[in-house]
Amino acid sequence: MTWPLRGQYAIVGIGETALGKLPGRSTLSLHLEAIKAALDDCGLTIKDIDGLLTNQPIQDAMRSYAVVVATASGLAPDYATDLANGGATPVAMAQHAAMAIAAGLCNTVVCVHARNQATRSQLPERAEVRDGNEDFDEPYGFLGAVANHALMASRHMALYGTTSAQLGAIAVAARRHAMVTPNATSKKPLTIEDHQASRFIVEPLRLFDCSLVSDGGGAFIVTTAERARDLPLPPVYILGMGQHHPHSNLAQAREVATLGGAISSKTAYRLAGLGPNDMDFAQIYDCFTSNTLITLEDYGFCPKGEGGAWVQGGRIELGGELPVNTHGGLLSQAHVEGMLHVTEAVKQLRGLEPAERQVLGAEVGIVSGHGGVGALHASLILGRHAS
Amino acid sequence: MEDGGVEPYLKPVPKVEPEAAPYWQSLRDHAMKVQHCDSCGHWYFPPSTHCPACLSADVTWRPVSGRAVVWSSATMHRAYLPAYEGEIPYNLSLVELDEGPRVWTNVVEIPPDQVRIGLNVRVRYDDVTPGLTLARFIPAAGQ
Ligand SMILES: [Zn+2]
Repeated sequence: MTWPLRGQYAIVGIGETALGKLPGRSTLSLHLEAIKAALDDCGLTIKDIDGLLTNQPIQDAMRSYAVVVATASGLAPDYATDLANGGATPVAMAQHAAMAIAAGLCNTVVCVHARNQATRSQLPERAEVRDGNEDFDEPYGFLGAVANHALMASRHMALYGTTSAQLGAIAVAARRHAMVTPNATSKKPLTIEDHQASRFIVEPLRLFDCSLVSDGGGAFIVTTAERARDLPLPPVYILGMGQHHPHSNLAQAREVATLGGAISSKTAYRLAGLGPNDMDFAQIYDCFTSNTLITLEDYGFCPKGEGGAWVQGGRIELGGELPVNTHGGLLSQAHVEGMLHVTEAVKQLRGLEPAERQVLGAEVGIVSGHGGVGALHASLILGRHAS
Repeated sequence: MEDGGVEPYLKPVPKVEPEAAPYWQSLRDHAMKVQHCDSCGHWYFPPSTHCPACLSADVTWRPVSGRAVVWSSATMHRAYLPAYEGEIPYNLSLVELDEGPRVWTNVVEIPPDQVRIGLNVRVRYDDVTPGLTLARFIPAAGQ
């Protein structure tokens, strides 16, 4: 039986702000820039919008962030909320937007996220949201997101023999893609040798296994397929989606060499009536190279444990069998917690990118979002055609 | 040094929430306890008022053996705080207690690059301040 929502809703507009180090820019101002860019992209105005989804920025937390952003945009929405799925949030936003429209609450939803983590230009006493396990890991010197992620990488290596150089192939592919992506912030050529020569941050993860720290934002607009057909750009349809959240911390994780993506992608494939072989590209959350590797396996692109060998030899680069993170991802474009994985998937499916960065004939792609330490996962299958 | 020669402790210290207080006290006592669900038999960590396996509130603090196995391990090479500048590289591990729960820790007394997943370890109590004891782990005898 076909999923009733399949192809009924579409992403019609996307916006990306300046990326990189943007001193003096508040997170709120980046949200507004992203919303304006998404509206301008598809010829809508704020008066056409009746729903808004945000992800409360952890460096500049405010209560009821969605409504703060709505009011600042001149919007009194019929549906608005903050979603808090960490880096899985932008993918989850597309899901919630479709669900809210399907439920009859609204018709056209802006999904937006921005952060100013690079410059933290807000006042230092502003609140940061806690992770919840600081009391039990920070006293032992677990500092930075990389500490717990390194434990996940170690375990994958111990169980399956994955090597650092294999992780390097993911960093190299991301950099090659960033080099042809106009707004990417890290464009200096990177080789496997450069990756292998880079210092360890938390061994086994090296500097080039780690994502960027960025200021910037992005937004996308979801509406009905019917309305989408009246807009100037090709709509990109929501074909399938899923979530799974296996744990909130590594002490309580069942396993970390397999994560929520294994179940989340299965749901998305089932709803879409598609499988991994149907995907023309994958935008896979890449806070660390090891996370991308685990997710590629979880999504069924190769058997569990074989990802290390599978990502080598250009397979995941533009022109390869499955281009991954065609914008350079969090590793080399900018880190906006997955928002730009969604906007990039839309660009690829519109098919209007310059030849050097367009996945030729892209019809269907999958986007992953990952939050916490392998804790949250959301998947989204997007397509050029509604059916 | 001020205050009678006691060096200030500049590394992160836990905020001791009421539901975790018995855990930190058990480390002060050099006799680690974690929670056991008397309803379903599940041992768990981090501390919580309700069992994460069955949601029962019928839970008690019980002593553990202090024996564990390294579940995953990594080596920190970056000093995120000045207090760690003299300590890098240092080990980061999650160890699985014989009773089942995992705890974050450092495996010490061997070089960080020799800590392997599956290594048998036992607890070593480090009194790092007058009010705080950390549970670090060392290779179990006979390794
Ligand atoms: Zn129980």
